[in-house]
Amino acid sequence: MNLPATGTPPLRAIALLSATALAYEVLLTRLFAIIQWHHFASMIISLALLGYGASGSLLTRLGTVMRRRFADCFVGSIFLFTLSALTAFLLAQRVPFNALEIGWDLRQLGALLLLYLLLAVPFFWVASALGLTYLHYGAQIHRLYAFDLVGAGAGALGVILLLYVVPPVAALLTLYALGLVAAGVALLETRGPWWGWLVGLGLVVLGFSLPAPWTALQMSAYKGLSQSLQVVGAQPVAERSSPLGLLSVVRNAAVPFRYAPGLSLTAGTLPPPQLGLFSDGEELGAITPFTGRLDELTYLDNLTSALPYHLSPQPHVLVLGAGGGADVLQALYHRARRVEAVELNPQVVELVRDDFGAFTGGLYDRADVRVHIAEARGFVAGHRQSYDLIQMTLLDTFNTTAAGLHALNTSALYTVEAFQHYLQHLNPGGLLAITSWLRQPPRDSLKLFATAVVALERLGVPDPGAQLVLIQGWKTTTLVVKNGAFSPEDKATIRQFCQRRAFDPAWYAGMQADEANHFNQLEPPDLYTSAITLLGPEREAFLERYPFNLRPATDDRPYFFHFFKWRELPALWAKRTHGGLGQLEWGYLVLIATLAQALLASVVLILLPLWLGRRSGRVPAHGPRGRVLVYFTAIGLGFLFLEIAFIQQCMVFLSHPLYAVAVGLCTFLVGAGLGSAVSRRFADPRRAVRWAVAGITGWALVSLLALPAFFQWALPWPEPSKWLCAIGSIIPLAFGMGMPFPLGLSLLARTAPGLVPWAWAINGCASVVSAVLATVLAMQIGFSGVVLAAVMLYLAAAAVTPPLRIGGVTVGGPSGSLQPPKAADSSLPAKAQKSWQYVALGVSPGSAPVGGRPVGRTGWSSPYPPDQGPLRAAIPDLRQRDHAGSPRLREPVRIPSQRRSVISNSSRSV
Amino acid sequence: MLSQRWPRFFLGPLLVLLLAGVVPAGAVDFTTLRAQMVEEIVATVRLTQHELGKPALDARVLQALSTVPRHEFVPDSERPHAYDDRPLPIGAGQTISQPYIVAIMTDLLDLKPDQVVFELGTGSGYQAAILAGLVKQVYTMEIIPTLGDRARQTLQRLGYHNVSVRVGDGYYGWEEHAPFDAILVTAATDHLPPPLIRQLKPGGRMILPVGSSFLTQQLLLVTKADDGALRTRTILPVRFVPLTGGR
Repeated sequence: MNLPATGTPPLRAIALLSATALAYEVLLTRLFAIIQWHHFASMIISLALLGYGASGSLLTRLGTVMRRRFADCFVGSIFLFTLSALTAFLLAQRVPFNALEIGWDLRQLGALLLLYLLLAVPFFWVASALGLTYLHYGAQIHRLYAFDLVGAGAGALGVILLLYVVPPVAALLTLYALGLVAAGVALLETRGPWWGWLVGLGLVVLGFSLPAPWTALQMSAYKGLSQSLQVVGAQPVAERSSPLGLLSVVRNAAVPFRYAPGLSLTAGTLPPPQLGLFSDGEELGAITPFTGRLDELTYLDNLTSALPYHLSPQPHVLVLGAGGGADVLQALYHRARRVEAVELNPQVVELVRDDFGAFTGGLYDRADVRVHIAEARGFVAGHRQSYDLIQMTLLDTFNTTAAGLHALNTSALYTVEAFQHYLQHLNPGGLLAITSWLRQPPRDSLKLFATAVVALERLGVPDPGAQLVLIQGWKTTTLVVKNGAFSPEDKATIRQFCQRRAFDPAWYAGMQADEANHFNQLEPPDLYTSAITLLGPEREAFLERYPFNLRPATDDRPYFFHFFKWRELPALWAKRTHGGLGQLEWGYLVLIATLAQALLASVVLILLPLWLGRRSGRVPAHGPRGRVLVYFTAIGLGFLFLEIAFIQQCMVFLSHPLYAVAVGLCTFLVGAGLGSAVSRRFADPRRAVRWAVAGITGWALVSLLALPAFFQWALPWPEPSKWLCAIGSIIPLAFGMGMPFPLGLSLLARTAPGLVPWAWAINGCASVVSAVLATVLAMQIGFSGVVLAAVMLYLAAAAVTPPLRIGGVTVGGPSGSLQPPKAADSSLPAKAQKSWQYVALGVSPGSAPVGGRPVGRTGWSSPYPPDQGPLRAAIPDLRQRDHAGSPRLREPVRIPSQRRSVISNSSRSV
Repeated sequence: MLSQRWPRFFLGPLLVLLLAGVVPAGAVDFTTLRAQMVEEIVATVRLTQHELGKPALDARVLQALSTVPRHEFVPDSERPHAYDDRPLPIGAGQTISQPYIVAIMTDLLDLKPDQVVFELGTGSGYQAAILAGLVKQVYTMEIIPTLGDRARQTLQRLGYHNVSVRVGDGYYGWEEHAPFDAILVTAATDHLPPPLIRQLKPGGRMILPVGSSFLTQQLLLVTKADDGALRTRTILPVRFVPLTGGR
């Protein structure tokens, strides 16, 4: 019937193409995080990925024609992908989009739409190339999908490695080259058209002749780096690039950088002239000069973060987030006995140690300073060492914090469990100090306080208030948690420390109300009354009432920066012109806007192919559309739900966001590829789906119960064994998850091939929606809720697996071949019998032979080679279908309408 | 797709913004628009009187707002929007503040005609022009040369002779004219330069906006008492209800 192509599909080209596309997607996120802001980057790319869904429409409309000239169209699509991958980004850079102005200026929405459309083009073409191949080689979907996934896995891993080696723009050009290689391989594999080589040559020449200014990154003028480079005397002096970010150092002799966040108003001394340090164009802090003379660093004693040093003389300090070195210097200034500093990004350390080693006075090479390259939480939890002071200051830049842009970032650093780790690694009397930006109304400061209270309670501390101190300056607050109760002497020191620096205590046990808000007055709600309430019996009511979400983050819901409450939105929007816009938590709103847009666009992109197909008669008027919709939506959503939830688990366990993403993504894709490859061995696809779903459900539920405890236990293990554990926890799941898509698609290719492009569109859209929806859900119900939701989706998919019958035709037979209706079936009119022949052969009476060869005489045998015999399922049951009232068998001219798209195989396929 | 992107209650205001955006530049009478802008600010202040602690702004501040031609301080492309109550881009990654914010910041300084004011961050020069009508002398510094030069020319052309503009590092204030009765810091900053605090007269006031470009969240008012003691107060233009238990 379907007469799928029988030759070997262009498997290597598919794998290469898939690798390039996934690498491109990751790279785009990186590029947009640099020129715009991270959350807008994910929104733009999510929407652009709907190009995958849009390709379904193309294939529905033109699939037949394209299959007839498969090689031309396949190679052409790859060229169009490659060309547009490069040009779409270069053009997108020129779109005058300013994310910050969105609340003020509707024109920005137009610019945003333009960005979506531009960037959707490459994804549209790559999806068309892949989808066309799935359509064309319907019988070999399992192999194709396996190569597709394994390629994508390699792409995910490859692009991370690539970004370590070359800067982002060079990576873009590398992927352009890789796209051309994929086209070349496709030309070889499909014995493609001669013009392909010419086009390829032209594109190679184009790649080499691009003028440098065209490919330079155009960073938003409102990012800290752009702004600082406008200042008279500014000079970029160093740059480093890795997947962790683009680091830039700027020197300015005329207007030196001076970074002393929240410096006391009474401070007499200035910070020394520093170097500006930027990550992805946002201020990360500064590199502070050090001549060995500590008296030049007095300013470091005039920050709220200096308090713990007055409570713990000559401590053994662990600085989390070494950065440009200010916190290490602060420790040295206060005569710390030993300083250990943890920094995630090795290039930051490289800059301070190597490029500016003389400038920083060899700070990171001192005998009393030791710098560790590690993720902070994992470092603390993975070692037995305990400290007198664990110091964490302002790890997040003010601008992004102020606009609420961190809302979507999961942060393992600020969860209740993380606090428990920190507290368990304090010596008796040791201190944990966390400094954050003071926002009004207070958000970060109070959530940290609430988190500490819960962590202390969980550790069985009877009176958490006695172990907590909170002080506020005009711009920052510092929370200090002690392993033990603060003594009266401690409290006297705190009062004195604040008094001298025009800071105010906001909480310590036994504090008088009139001590608060003396130097720095906040409008209510102030910190002091809020802190008291958080420690008292009214905590729950307070959390409920407070205009922002202050509920402590947990490992299951690690969104510390999610402060948004829907309840406040109408009022803030009404007051947007007088301060309301500034109070909106933009990160969350952007996420919701992304979801809304993705859903809307998906509805269009899913309905469009149906409408197109119906109009042209390619999509049957009847058939399992409801089932197909639910099935492919459910597995599309479920796949990414599980993938995202498990990668999140690995983030804490592997203690490094990149390792987690690289190991997680790669394992999922490769595992699913294996699953796909194996799935074709099942005789009964429907049963195979059930087995796969049973496996997924079982493994997911067991993981949900056992994995957190296991990971907790295995946290101190050496890296390689932890990686193996992570891979081991994912592989079985991924293996099962790789099956439902190719099984469903190949079922469809046999029973309702007109719906294959539609399923492709649904899957594309569901994947995009899924990634966004997973985050929204995780914020509300936690990652365990996301896993449960995924399990239910897979169960739903199993329940609605597309039937083996459609339009009166059931495919396959025990012999692996299509069979005509039994001769005895006399109820069937002769006309219908004849039509069955046509259907089985994939020929409609009206259709012309394709490729100059008649297709009608391939006989009854399956077009599939016996060893691949996917048509082993059921026996035709025309009568039953006939009773069901399908009139189509009686009207052969109408039956084959859905087949036309399918029978027009390229000449190679028959 | 464009119009469906936001929840329903976003739509109305956005449509209004859209309509405001398509008014052709040529057909605009700036004097009328300016009067409308001031009316709008007066109305907003009345709405937010709880937050601001006063029912109306100083009449002199309103007078200044209704005379300074804001359209002269914005790039040509933004002129049609010059009297919208919103911040506008002025190039070099900088913005001209929202008129409402300019109004309350100026008002909070409680200026007298014989005073001398320092401004850190000239930007477009609009804020300096407002101040020029209220005090004896304004000293303003800008670190971005293109902006500073352009502001100087605009202010001269419009006849604001009591404003001195200098391009350079404002971190050290302007020593030869110190001390100042009031200081405005228009650029977001992680700390207040100690030299600037020293150049503030006892009894003087300093004000700065807190937030990021286009999104002012609150204002910080620093007062220096006659004895030199420093205090800060945060002024939040938006009121949040309900408040915490104790109050």
